Amino acid sequence: MIQYAAIILFVFGLYGLLTQRNIIKMIISLNIMEIGLFIFIISIGFVYDGVAPIISSVSETGLLFVDPLPQALVLTAIVIGVGTTALALAFAKSIHNKYQTFSLDEMEEQL
Amino acid sequence: MKNLIGLLVSLLLGVLIILTLASSPSFPEFGSVDINDRVAGEYLDNDNVEEVGSGNIVTAIVVGYRGFDTLGEVTVLFISALGIALIFSDKKQKRLDLKFKPNFMLKTGSRIVFGIILITSLYIIFHGHLTPGGGFPGGVMIASAILLLYLADDKFRSNIKGFKVLEGVAGSLFVIIGLLGLVIGTYFLENFIPVGSLGELLSAGIIPIIYMLIGLKVGSEISGIVDNFLTEGESA
Repeated sequence: MIQYAAIILFVFGLYGLLTQRNIIKMIISLNIMEIGLFIFIISIGFVYDGVAPIISSVSETGLLFVDPLPQALVLTAIVIGVGTTALALAFAKSIHNKYQTFSLDEMEEQL
Repeated sequence: MKNLIGLLVSLLLGVLIILTLASSPSFPEFGSVDINDRVAGEYLDNDNVEEVGSGNIVTAIVVGYRGFDTLGEVTVLFISALGIALIFSDKKQKRLDLKFKPNFMLKTGSRIVFGIILITSLYIIFHGHLTPGGGFPGGVMIASAILLLYLADDKFRSNIKGFKVLEGVAGSLFVIIGLLGLVIGTYFLENFIPVGSLGELLSAGIIPIIYMLIGLKVGSEISGIVDNFLTEGESA
């Protein structure tokens, strides 16, 4: 039932995204949601006593491997996550240049 | 009040997800999955591994079976780098000042460490089909070496035009190799080079070549992002 810990992490991230009024904290919440999902997807492929899915010419037969497919998908997702986080931070920096603040409340006062 | 509603909504969603998963018969028990029931059982089959030639099955999936998907993924990263460059492009570029004056030891030491990081990242990229790692982690390590030079030397400014050229060449070669597979073989990104024997550095056909190109492309893209963040316009 350890998989539900990842769902709880996802819920924490969603709560942060709904309640925070600071751009940097919102981006961090988004990343926490992402990490929760990554852990969940990886955990689907886990096998007890399984080893990493790397086959070398010297490894013996009959080894138990973990599922490589979720790992490959999460590798893709991490790269996309890096791209979106970097773009979000670029927007945050651009907003900070304009309003000198990261807080949405202080931004509203200036409008 | 707003926080309470947020808490209720997220708790409700979490409870719903957990209840649905717990009552679903197709959701596997943690750690007791039978790989042979899944798609991956086929990938881990010995004959199939001999055919694809890459010992690291995750690499075989990312670059071999799902190579077209990886092309799209690299494109997404390119678009985000392009977006960041566009956001920061409207001002005159100037390097961000450090809060301290780096001394001689820091500058020289960081250059030595830069070489070590670069060699390690190239090792990780070249052995992507045999050991854990590959183009994506290796590329990010190249970018971290560039970031180190930015943080340790107040005069350093990377050659951003060179990175742009490298990125473009690596991306184009990826597509050209895919098209060569279409011309020589039957489908896009077909492995048209003989795979050789499992476990050797020069094996697995086009997989190490493509992963090397991905590593160079990711490294130059993330280095470009680092450069964009560490330069600033004339303060408004």
